[in-house]
Amino acid sequence: MADFLIFTAGLPEWLAWSVTAGVAAFLVLNVIAGGALVFIWAERKIAARIQDRLGPTRTGGRFGWLQSLADGIKLLAKEDLMPAGADGMLFKLAPYVSFCASFCAFIALPFAFDFVGQRLNVGVFFVVAVLGLEVFGVILAGYASASKWSLFGAMREAAQVVSYEVPLGMCVVVPVMLAGSMDLVTIAEKQSGWLTNWYLFHDPFTFVIFWVYVTCAVASVNRAPFDLAEAESELVAGFHTEYSGLRWSFFFMAEYGSMFLVSALAAILFLGGWNGPIPLAALLGFSAGTGDTANYWVRLVGCGNLMGKATLGVLVMMWVRWTLPRLRIDQVMTTCLKYCTPIAALMFAGVMFWQLLLPGGLIRGLARPAGEIREGWLEGPGGRAATLRPLPLAAPAAPAPTPAQPLVSKPSLSWVQP
Amino acid sequence: MASLTNDDPRIIEFDVRTDEMLVNMGPQHPSTHGVLRLVLRTDGEVVSELEPHIGYLHRCAEKIGENLTARQWIPYTDRMDYLAAMNMNLGWALVVEKLMRHEVSEKARHLRVLIAELGRISSHLVGMGAYGLDLGTFSPFLYAFREREKILDLFEETCGARLTYSYITVGGLTADLPPGWLEKCEAFLDQFEPVIQEYHTLLTTNAIFVKRTAAIGVLSPEMAIDYGCSGPVLRGSGVDQDLRRDGESIYTSMYDGYAFEVAVQKDGRYPRDHIYPAVPTEAVLGDCWHRFFVRMLEVVQSMDLVRQAIDRYSACKGSIGEPLKLMEKIPVGDAYLETECPKGQMGFYLVGDGSPIPWRVRARSSSFSNLSVVHELCRGCLIADVPAIVGSLDIVMGEIDR
Repeated sequence: MADFLIFTAGLPEWLAWSVTAGVAAFLVLNVIAGGALVFIWAERKIAARIQDRLGPTRTGGRFGWLQSLADGIKLLAKEDLMPAGADGMLFKLAPYVSFCASFCAFIALPFAFDFVGQRLNVGVFFVVAVLGLEVFGVILAGYASASKWSLFGAMREAAQVVSYEVPLGMCVVVPVMLAGSMDLVTIAEKQSGWLTNWYLFHDPFTFVIFWVYVTCAVASVNRAPFDLAEAESELVAGFHTEYSGLRWSFFFMAEYGSMFLVSALAAILFLGGWNGPIPLAALLGFSAGTGDTANYWVRLVGCGNLMGKATLGVLVMMWVRWTLPRLRIDQVMTTCLKYCTPIAALMFAGVMFWQLLLPGGLIRGLARPAGEIREGWLEGPGGRAATLRPLPLAAPAAPAPTPAQPLVSKPSLSWVQP
Repeated sequence: MASLTNDDPRIIEFDVRTDEMLVNMGPQHPSTHGVLRLVLRTDGEVVSELEPHIGYLHRCAEKIGENLTARQWIPYTDRMDYLAAMNMNLGWALVVEKLMRHEVSEKARHLRVLIAELGRISSHLVGMGAYGLDLGTFSPFLYAFREREKILDLFEETCGARLTYSYITVGGLTADLPPGWLEKCEAFLDQFEPVIQEYHTLLTTNAIFVKRTAAIGVLSPEMAIDYGCSGPVLRGSGVDQDLRRDGESIYTSMYDGYAFEVAVQKDGRYPRDHIYPAVPTEAVLGDCWHRFFVRMLEVVQSMDLVRQAIDRYSACKGSIGEPLKLMEKIPVGDAYLETECPKGQMGFYLVGDGSPIPWRVRARSSSFSNLSVVHELCRGCLIADVPAIVGSLDIVMGEIDR
């Protein structure tokens, strides 16, 4: 789009990039806000169905699908209260910090081959790091509320999120190792083809580590059974006890945004991203990346694929929330430090050796004759020399190869003759 | 090197103890079952001391009882343990009958057993559902209330009320059962029986539930007896005591001819344990899990008793008899009687002076005694364990504060 503005519309470079960024930010913001509306409605309906109730039935027709909008209007109209002893500036700042962290992480999240706010060659790293910032908002809220319950919630959140980032990071590194790239687009593209190409089915270790990732992801976005920071039976409402109205709803937008984000990340890292289980586009003769109208539709379908997978992840989180009791703080930490971290480390080592011995994955690896594997391991062209090479920053087979990309892969325009 | 003094700023390196914090849990806290206020002294997440404060729901019920006739006070007993109002009515009715040496008809006796045991089921359902809520799971609560609603529907047909019944009254019951009621009750029991397995799946055997309750808040049998605990709290500690079997004859004679086993662990086994989930290995006798499990067993036990009562009631001919007159004179003398209510042993004390209005009325609350151990159980536990322990005691503030 920036290219179009520069070359066709003749805008100056800085303006073109600003406009592009604005449009991308607007679209991503709508994904979060719209997603939160849909997910809050879905959560109400799903919880109701699980609990033998009906849920909203009146607002906006038969299924109450306007309920979230009505709630939003109610929250807008509510009085914005602040406790007398609160630290005013931090209290007001906290919801926005939380929301911004969740929002920023979306910038690097690709929805389909080129449907991405800003394609980063360290996308995985960026998303995980920025998502971790959400905890700042929660700690600020807990600290600034001048309430002991809020403080408890904030401290729990801090302990929990910081701990769970360790195994989460280890889980995330595995697909990075398999793809040889930190670029989310590259990782997803590497899993194109049939269902068996998904990293979930790459080898037994990735299969296990996917479930470790799910556990850690649920914990890092504070969903039940790890929702200790807002445990209503213990801490009243945890860190957002003193919040009301729109500020309160910002915390919830951040929560639902993060839920969607970690689910989408799981889909990209392990479940083939925007590639469906069957390579329908390839069978019909299309290939992503060539840029004609048909391929645009292919990408749109891919976008739907990814959204579907991520939504499925969110629905599973809701299902778990309305089924299980809550863990205690020491049990949450035990789960992280005694189980998730060692298992993740072990699986990481397992994947490493698997890559060394059967680099093509289970299906393709076993399909090859044994002699070839041994040959490849010793001196074959794609064998030892290839696997033991240090991981390149960008994969050599990346669909849009821009060698030695800067951190933000804004193409250098200096060679272009206008 | 000079030794460090307290004024030395470096001393902080050696002293990492943090300040203790005083936190009020309640009276407007979501998990304190009404208006209980717990003052916690915490060091981080660890509770070093806990003190319950009560009295937020005090309504002078006992004093009011000294200004009303015995039958007029029945609605006030409804409001004590409002989750098991039928059993409260029964306790008061029996103590007045004890002082008056009045005996109800055979049919009324069986109907009282039937109603009281249904009340026990409905109370334990609330206890179970609310306990799930205390541990952070919402769905079992609504599953429990779904079934409780059906019991309330049955009660509504008998007396018109759904919460405060005043159905069992001095000298009998206010009305006989409407036609077709017993069939509906049997249909409910048949439908309810498989649902209990769902509760066991969702809570009793759930790995997280076991982790949260097993070996938490262990109450030794000696301590339970010392503090005067009763009901499922006492039986959860392995003390074999149930007033329906061990109480005074005016109460136990109600259950004459009924077959039931007290829900208590004897020699490491619960009665009829082959049809229930096994006790998890982590659980210790007297912990939250056992208190919860005893309640679940009593639900099944009460269902058996209801079935037996239906048979006996329908075998009785005639009417249930008339309750005593509103202004019936109470003889001079005093009487005290404890009955086995769902929460524990609820006692009523009554002194008569020959007029219809009692000279003195007192109540002994089971929840009050059960709550009195909470500071022992919570010492050194985590904040998250406080709702788990208080919930497992299954207290009702209306009964404690009266």
